[in-house]
Amino acid sequence: MNATTTANGHAEGHAGGHPDHGHQPAGLMRWLTTTNHKDIGTMYLWFSFAMFIVGGCMALMIRSELFQPGLQIVKPEFFNQLTTLHGLIMVFGAIMPAFVGFANWMIPLQIGASDMAFGRMNNWSFWLLPPAALLLVLSMFVPGGAAAAGWTLYPPLTIQQGMGMDMAIFAIHILGMSSIMGSINIITTILNLRAPGMTLMKMPLFSWTWLVTAYLIIAVMPILAGVVTMTLTDRHFGTHFFSAAGGGDPVLFQHIFWFFGHPEVYIVIIPGFGVVSQVISAFSRKPVFGYASMVYAIAAIGILSFTVWAHHMYTTGMPISAQLYFMYATMLIAVPTGVKIFNWTATMWRGSLSFETPMLFAIGFIFLFTLGGFSGLVLAMAAVDVQMQDTYYVVAHFHYTMVAGALFSAFAGAYYWLPKWTGHMYNEKLGKVHFWLSFIFFNMTFFVQHFLGIAGMPRRIPDYALQFTEFNQISTIGAFGFGLSQLLFLYIAISCIKGGEKAPAKPWDGAEGLEWEVPSPAPHHTWVVQPIVK
Amino acid sequence: MSAATGAKNWRTLLRLAAFSVLMFGFGYALIPLYPVMCKTLGINQTGVDDRPAVSAQVDETRSVVVEFDSNVHGMPWKFRPLVSHVTVHPGAITQVSFEVVNTLPTPVTGQAIPSYGPPLAAEYFRKLECFCFNKQTLKPGERREMPVVFVIDPALPKDISTVTLSYTFFEVEGNRRTAGRNPGASA
Repeated sequence: MNATTTANGHAEGHAGGHPDHGHQPAGLMRWLTTTNHKDIGTMYLWFSFAMFIVGGCMALMIRSELFQPGLQIVKPEFFNQLTTLHGLIMVFGAIMPAFVGFANWMIPLQIGASDMAFGRMNNWSFWLLPPAALLLVLSMFVPGGAAAAGWTLYPPLTIQQGMGMDMAIFAIHILGMSSIMGSINIITTILNLRAPGMTLMKMPLFSWTWLVTAYLIIAVMPILAGVVTMTLTDRHFGTHFFSAAGGGDPVLFQHIFWFFGHPEVYIVIIPGFGVVSQVISAFSRKPVFGYASMVYAIAAIGILSFTVWAHHMYTTGMPISAQLYFMYATMLIAVPTGVKIFNWTATMWRGSLSFETPMLFAIGFIFLFTLGGFSGLVLAMAAVDVQMQDTYYVVAHFHYTMVAGALFSAFAGAYYWLPKWTGHMYNEKLGKVHFWLSFIFFNMTFFVQHFLGIAGMPRRIPDYALQFTEFNQISTIGAFGFGLSQLLFLYIAISCIKGGEKAPAKPWDGAEGLEWEVPSPAPHHTWVVQPIVK
Repeated sequence: MSAATGAKNWRTLLRLAAFSVLMFGFGYALIPLYPVMCKTLGINQTGVDDRPAVSAQVDETRSVVVEFDSNVHGMPWKFRPLVSHVTVHPGAITQVSFEVVNTLPTPVTGQAIPSYGPPLAAEYFRKLECFCFNKQTLKPGERREMPVVFVIDPALPKDISTVTLSYTFFEVEGNRRTAGRNPGASA
């Protein structure tokens, strides 16, 4: 923070700030072989948006089926495949790659490094993603269809299904390798390549959140890889980890899965915390309130996330003492999360606020993510959860944290850094329209699902009782509105790439950090001479 | 990037990669670890009764009065305890009998549900044998004497000196033969 540079970031690299690709292959080979963090970041962002559209279309098919009670559009087997793939694609194909894209673009710029530590590995991390996505999507067309056990892949269903399940398992292996390699790259870059004087406690919060996230990823993605490998060997190689017929324990799968799964939900949200911290600070024209406590809160959330996994399994027949432990440990996470929300609010307090699109998304994030946090506290109570388990209340809860949390913070970051990426200002008016449409339709889609859940509508079922019809229809209309609003974002982003008002090096007067000291668009090579941070 | 930084980066990479391989192994290690943890903590052991054992010691120093109460819920049965109350020492095994008579010319099946007063006493009242464990089917006009063998846990709080055991017989729905005879039954 408050970085001043002696080595001038503007002039190094290429005269005139023009990206120079003369020493690189052109066309498709440029993208296949690139080791440049900005190229790779761009590919990650496009890939994740494409997956967001694919997963979103699946969501809309789900919502279409749920528009009316009874079965109209899809068969129940296919409905189950849709819910499973929607979850897998959105978590591993859309949200995680989106934030890795941000990390690739912004971390070297923010810490004054010329590139990521391992360029070739970075290229591999990205190019593993398309085959994995292809495996998931193509699995819908094999005999027996795609995996249909829900994104949590619980046995015994996963042990019984067809080859679509094997394809999903291989896709998870590949996605896991990709994110582990990406995380090793990010940690090495942050630990070893910071500019002189850029101490860890001066590092922008977005880079900090990624440091914690990357450690979480290398700690738990291997466990996911392990547990799906056990499922695979149970299916084909005669092991009995989870197959009860051979003496295995299906509930054990849930324990191991959620030992991965709970840190995973923080992997998804923590980089969003970093984006929001920086956006709120920039548009309040104040340094972020309680920087050190922000760092400690992120670390605390990361560590506590390993101690709460069984709150996903209250109804599996746990002893009461274990339920109590997991209940209190889960509620404990509200403390560091509360610190962060307090600090964001305090950053805005008496700030000189302005409400450009990134700020709107960041404030929308704080408001709606807090709501999602509260419904999480409700679900954390073991006694209440017995009623809510596997109902639409849970669906509403995690969409408030995943969509209004992770996705809104990704939009905040995209609008915040688009001028730096493209060299043009996006259309502010359309950006605001995009926010308000997203905000309204998001709540229309998911707020009513709280009521459906409390009234007892189960999730992952294509049919429902008549009394749930009205709320489901509101939710479906909201979902289509939300989905269509995202095409507006595509339009805004493309027109921002193609042209628009020229962006200065620092388009936001309150923004801080080294990324604003290089010209816009950021030249192909930046910080070849590292800045010195005082 | 200098050669020194490159070497440092490789060291970091190898350490992190080793850590992720270790975590892959940890996932597998959880399989044997879970049963060990459950055994050590004494939780969730299949087939093991984790309720505390009843003390075999008879507490001669105090006596508890156990009163018996009997009810039928909309059933054509006569149901009464053969003794109205007994005085027992906690820890002593005691047997009492209840009498039930079917007043109908058809067989009727019922199930007795126990309740306790004060409710706190329920967890100290151990029934070793009881007619309430099973459904009872009585032939037309049959009379039956049914035993209850119980023991009061010596851990019963000292301020409880009287425990009431009350049974209510309900007709078992699936075996209902007396439709229309009681107000609760549907036509």
